[in-house]
Amino acid sequence: MSSIHENRPLSPHLGIYRWQISNTLSILHRLTGVALTLGLIPLALWLWGAAYNPALFELLRTAFDSILGKIALFGWTVAFYYHLGNGMRHINWDIGRGFSLPEMLASGRMVIAFAVCMSIFSWAYVVRTGGI
Amino acid sequence: MDKSSHLRTPIKRARGHGSAHSGTQHFWLQRLSALALIPLSMWFMVVLLTRLIHADAVAIGQWLGNPIVALLMAALLLAMFVHSRLGIQTIIEDYVHSHAKKIIALLTLNLFTLGLGGASLMAVFHLHSTAI
Repeated sequence: MSSIHENRPLSPHLGIYRWQISNTLSILHRLTGVALTLGLIPLALWLWGAAYNPALFELLRTAFDSILGKIALFGWTVAFYYHLGNGMRHINWDIGRGFSLPEMLASGRMVIAFAVCMSIFSWAYVVRTGGI
Repeated sequence: MDKSSHLRTPIKRARGHGSAHSGTQHFWLQRLSALALIPLSMWFMVVLLTRLIHADAVAIGQWLGNPIVALLMAALLLAMFVHSRLGIQTIIEDYVHSHAKKIIALLTLNLFTLGLGGASLMAVFHLHSTAI
């Protein structure tokens, strides 16, 4: 009975699974997806407030003008650029390209660089144009 | 093999729906919405940073008064809510193992998507049609 199981491939055992860039980026893709979904709430409220409810609109403006609000907005900016970059990495895989280990590591590093640079660039632009 | 011994009819296999009962629909819609979101979300991010970050409700209305802008915004919201709905569904199906909890989570997700997505689209149409 046990001989049937001896030579079978094993699925990753989480207890001894080595943490690496590939699984970290994969988990981050899900986490940023969840964060962006939560971001749909203020987006919908913002549009609803502009259309129907001036008090709600003002409440949102005040909330996002606070330090905590700005931190949240910055977090959503990073999540957006990361999910966008890594999403394009996924589409590249879906058409069958970029599966080799060196390519995968390089594209992963590119996505991180893209997310960091674009987030900083975006917020530098907002600060320079007096948006804060 | 004798075909009459199978409970599955040939049409079912021909349609290729398999055990998920929906074939590749989920996979395909996730990719299609992702592709649509690449240009649409980048466009919205640019408008958000350069224009909407300073905008009051009247300015948002004026921006949405342009029919092309309103159409793009409706397309963006549709793609975002579809993409988010499919992504969160995958996460729920991966991590929620109790059947009852899974059904409740998926129903809540549908309610969230239809409620917020519908409200956002309504607001966009309202702001467009009442624009000065």
